[in-house]
Amino acid sequence: MAEVRLRVNGADRRLDIPPQVSLLDALREHLGLPGTKKGCDQGACGACTVLADGERINACLALTVQYADREITTIEGVDHPLQEAFVRHDGFQCGYCTSGQICSAIGMLAEHKDGMPSAVSEDPAAEGEELTDEEIRERMSGNICRCGAYNGVVEAVAEVVR
Amino acid sequence: MRTFDYVTATDVTTALRTVAERPGAKFLGGGTNLVDLIRENVERPDVVVDVTRLPLTGIDELPGGGVRVGAGVRNSALAAHPLVRTRYPVLSQAVLNGASAQLRNMATVGGNLLQRTRCPYFYDTASPCAKREPGSGCGALGGITRDAAILGVSEHCVATHPSDMAVALAALDAVVEVESIRGTRRVPVLELYRPPGDTPHVETVLERDELITAVELPAADAAPRSRYRKVRDRASYAFALVSVAAALRLDGDTIVDARVALGGVAPLPWRAAEAERLLVGAPATEETFARAAEAELAAATPQHDNAFKVELARRTIVATLRELQEHAAAGSAA
Ligand SMILES: Cc1cc2nc3c(=O)[nH]c(=O)nc-3n(C[C@H](O)[C@H](O)[C@H](O)COP(=O)(O)OP(=O)(O)OC[C@H]3O[C@@H](n4cnc5c(N)ncnc54)[C@H](O)[C@@H]3O)c2cc1C
Ligand code: SF4
Ligand code: FES
Ligand code: FES
Repeated sequence: MAEVRLRVNGADRRLDIPPQVSLLDALREHLGLPGTKKGCDQGACGACTVLADGERINACLALTVQYADREITTIEGVDHPLQEAFVRHDGFQCGYCTSGQICSAIGMLAEHKDGMPSAVSEDPAAEGEELTDEEIRERMSGNICRCGAYNGVVEAVAEVVR
Repeated sequence: MRTFDYVTATDVTTALRTVAERPGAKFLGGGTNLVDLIRENVERPDVVVDVTRLPLTGIDELPGGGVRVGAGVRNSALAAHPLVRTRYPVLSQAVLNGASAQLRNMATVGGNLLQRTRCPYFYDTASPCAKREPGSGCGALGGITRDAAILGVSEHCVATHPSDMAVALAALDAVVEVESIRGTRRVPVLELYRPPGDTPHVETVLERDELITAVELPAADAAPRSRYRKVRDRASYAFALVSVAAALRLDGDTIVDARVALGGVAPLPWRAAEAERLLVGAPATEETFARAAEAELAAATPQHDNAFKVELARRTIVATLRELQEHAAAGSAA
C-alpha cells in the first residue's frame, strides 16, 4: 500500500492504495467522484480526461502515485462557460464523453493561449494560429464521441473562443 | 491489474542503482505505454522506478548549433519549444502527429523512443508472439497483417515500430545519451534499434538497466526545411500506416542534401539510404523523387493483406519531397 496525498478540486485528499491504482479508479472508486468516465481504460478515447495542474491528461493511464501533490481538476470542480455552450449547441447526445470533452477543451484553450502548435498548423514555427474549426477538430481529436456529436462540440468550443 | 512496487527517484544515481539491483525493475516515464502493457499482462515488472522527477527536463542549445533534449521532456513541451519549431520543424510535426494532446502531455522523450509495438497479437496474451514470449511463434503471420511492416522484417516478426518522433529523429541523425551504473555512452538513433532477426524480443541495443538521459539533435543545414507527413486510417489520433520525415537542401534545382526516413513500414524507424543516394546530386524533379522512392521500396516484402503500403509509401515519399521542393522554390522566388 502507498499513502498518497492529492489535491482534488481544491481540497486535500489522502488515499491508502496499492501503486497500480489508476488516477481514474482513485477518483471514481475511492474518492466518490464518478463524473470522470471510463471508456476504454487504455488511452484511446479521452473519456477519462482530467486536468493536472491545468494540463489535460488521460486519468486511465496515470498511476495515482505519480500524481502525488499535484492539483487535479475533475468535472465536479469545473465551472466554465463551455458547459452552457455544450448545452446550447448540442455538444452531446448520451453525455458519456462530455466530462472528458469539457476538461479537454479547458486544457486545449490554455495550451493554445500558451502558443502550442498543432498538427494542422501550417508553419510549426509560426506563433498564435487562429482557432479555426479545423484547428479545434485536430486539437480535440483526443476525445472520441461514440454518439458523433462532434459538430456540436466544435460549435460550442468555437463560441467560447470567438 | 498485478501489483508492483513503486519507487520515485529524484536523482539519477538512485534510479540507476534501483533498476540495476532489482532484475524485475523497469523505468517508468509518463506510463502511457507501460501502464497499458502491465494492465494487459504483457509487461510484468515487480518494481517501477519513476524517472519523471529526475532533473532531465531541459531543452538546451549546444555549442555549434545543435540542441540537447532531456529524456524527461514531455512530448508536448518538445513540440512547442521554439528551438525545435524553428530548427527542426520535422520533429515538432512528427510529435504533434502522434497520439493525442492528453497523451503528449504525459509521454516523455525516453518513453516515446522505447514504446513497444502495437501489433494486436503482441497485446493478446492468448496468441503466440515471439516478441512477448520468446520462441512461441508469431500470431500475426498468416493472420491479419494489414498494419504490418514491409521493410526489414524477419520470418519471426513483422511488427512495426510505432513511434512518429523516432522517425524524425532518425532523419535528423539524432544521438541518444544513455547512463547506467557502468557509466555513460552515446548511441545514434539509427543504431539504437535492432532488426527482429530470430530474437524479436530484443528490440534495442540497450541493457535493461540503462537509462536514456537525453537526445542530442546535431546542427543540420537541411533541417530547417523539413516536413513530416503521416497517412493513417483517420485524420488524427491513429498510428501511421505510412509516414515520411524528410529534409531537402537545394542549390538552384540540384539537390545537395537529402534526408528521408519512413515510419509505419518497418520494425524500426527506417532511414531510406537508397532513396537519399539517388536524390543527392540529381535535379529536384518529380521523376527524381519517383525513382528514389521506387528504389527504396524495391526490397519491400509485404504480407498477403498489406501490399497497399508499398504504393502508399511510394506516393507519400514523392508528395513529401514535392512539398519540400515547392517550399524551396517559393522561398527562393520571394
Ligand atoms: C491510444 C494511443 C495512441 C497513440 N498514438 C501514437 C501515435 O500515433 N504515434 C506515436 O508515436 N505514439 C503514439 N502513442 C504512444 C505514445 O507516444 C507512447 O505511449 C509514449 O510516447 C510513451 O512515453 P511514456 O513516457 O508514457 O513511456 P512509458 O509508458 O512510461 O514507458 C515506455 C517504455 O520506455 C521505458 N522508459 C521510459 N523512460 C525511459 C528512460 N528515460 N530510459 C529508459 N527507458 C525508459 C519504460 O521502461 C517502458 O518500457 C499512442 C498511445 C496511445 C495509448
Ligand atoms: S509480428 Fe511480432 S509482435 Fe506481432 S505477433 Fe508476430 S512476433 Fe509478435
Ligand atoms: S478511458 Fe482513458 S482514454 Fe479511454
Ligand atoms: S455524447 Fe455519447 S459518447 Fe459523446
